[in-house]
Amino acid sequence: MHSAQDSTAIRPVMRGRTALELAFWLLAFAAILLFPRKLIILNEIAILALFALSLDLILGYAGVLSLGHAAFLGLGAYTAGLFAKHMNGDPLTGLAVSAAVTGLAGFLSSFLVLRGTDLTRLMVTLGLALLLGEAANKASWLTGGADGLQGITMQPLLGQFAFDLAGRTAYLYSLVTLLILFLIARVIVASPFGMALRAIRDNPLRARAIGVPVSHRLVTVYTIAAVYAGIAGALLAQTTQFVSLDVLELHRSADVLLVLVIGGTGYLYGGIIGALAFKLLQDAIASATPQYWQFWIGLLLVILVLTGRERIRAALTGISRRLAFGRATAGSAP
Amino acid sequence: MTSPVLETRGLTKRFGGLTATRDVSLQLAPGARHALIGPNGAGKTTFVNLLTGIFPASSGTTSLDGRDITRLKPEARVRRGLARTFQINQLFANLTVFETLGLAVNEQRGHGGRLWTSFAGNRETQSRIEALAGDFGLTDLLGTRTVELAYGRQRLLEIATAFACRPRVLLLDEPAAGVPEAERHDLLATIARLPREVAILLIEHDMDLVFSFAETITVLVEGAVLTSGPAAQIAEDRQVKAAYLGEDAHV
Repeated sequence: MHSAQDSTAIRPVMRGRTALELAFWLLAFAAILLFPRKLIILNEIAILALFALSLDLILGYAGVLSLGHAAFLGLGAYTAGLFAKHMNGDPLTGLAVSAAVTGLAGFLSSFLVLRGTDLTRLMVTLGLALLLGEAANKASWLTGGADGLQGITMQPLLGQFAFDLAGRTAYLYSLVTLLILFLIARVIVASPFGMALRAIRDNPLRARAIGVPVSHRLVTVYTIAAVYAGIAGALLAQTTQFVSLDVLELHRSADVLLVLVIGGTGYLYGGIIGALAFKLLQDAIASATPQYWQFWIGLLLVILVLTGRERIRAALTGISRRLAFGRATAGSAP
Repeated sequence: MTSPVLETRGLTKRFGGLTATRDVSLQLAPGARHALIGPNGAGKTTFVNLLTGIFPASSGTTSLDGRDITRLKPEARVRRGLARTFQINQLFANLTVFETLGLAVNEQRGHGGRLWTSFAGNRETQSRIEALAGDFGLTDLLGTRTVELAYGRQRLLEIATAFACRPRVLLLDEPAAGVPEAERHDLLATIARLPREVAILLIEHDMDLVFSFAETITVLVEGAVLTSGPAAQIAEDRQVKAAYLGEDAHV
């Protein structure tokens, strides 16, 4: 990436990282064959990971804290659900419509959200999500209110792959969408724009003083993040063929923050790792002690934050280094 | 005198009943070496914030290269060629030297909003970063994160970053503040070497630095210009001595 730093010591680590990444995605796809009875939860994980990726773009890269990110998840879910029910059951068309609607909502609300400091942002994002939740509740003629939006039927994906009960199509659909959006996000964070976001996170005053149009950049990233969250919501609606008010609730916004706390902010795998850990933990604890699972999740989170989540990242770097140098020594052996 | 590159006319800033900057008119010729001095609380920092657009002016105008910039946002002024450094380092703690300089270079070239290209993939961008690092003695530290730099190096990066914006006018706000004696010489030499095409306004407490660097000096007292003129003349000015040393000082 940086010619000045691409010393030979860095390259093997980069190669090790690539190998680890490749293995990760291969495993994610192989899960269809390896864990055929876990595809429902895997689908939920992929969607949560996309939602967390969306939050990481604004929180981890640009330093914008939101406590109402579920507004976009919910808006995307209801848009996709209503579109499928009343207009057209094609999944990809629905995904595009949800992306457009949430992108517009993200763009418009960004002007409210991005004023002020962290605390005001927290309150404004929280407030907007509450407003949207209450509106969805009140408009039961449209959303089904507390009963949820029912009667969504999806056409087969690409006209070929019907959504099955085991969740094969659903998981593959969510996973491919996640992968594509992940790769796009990776290009974005490595661009001049992405670097400007990190500069804004570190020091908005100086960013402005070197000519970065701070509010303009934040509006752009907030809109992109809204699109990502909206697509996550659309996937949720389409793959479960149901939308309830739950998608707009505060715990959704809080959960996705927890996911980033677990996985780490400011690197794109943070959301994926966090989503995987969060969902699997929730699943394991819930089946062990169905009544008290929230207690154990809470306890684990406290321990995790106290011992430092940097360790997850350090462990990963360690693994990729071992992969890299392990192979390098094997290659140089006579 | 050729037409000034930076000019203020009657620049005034009031905070409620307090007038922090009072009717300041100042001209910087192209390539000027101009110092702005004054006792603590004279309004030097407020004046810098007015010039750079952090505060809106209550009245008066600022122009750069003959164009009125009074109502422009800070980032727009930077793009027109007015850059500054800060008295207390304002850097990007988690970015490397390479990334910090590259950021400023990208913004200067108008590439800062690009989403689909690599951050430093452009050859021209890369060579500019490397040239800047060379000029400021940071070549070996390109891959180092800012938080890990020694304080004196951070001070150099502070100036290099402003300089990466290719300014016509550079405001140096107490560039030597807090720099340990051992690293001071490097810093002063770097400031002295800054190219003549850039007009520099130095805001400084340190009289040694002021008199070794500046050709023209403006003295600010209680928000207003007390006097302004060639360095040698200011050095002899009784009013200036009085402002710094007290009314009855015999010098």
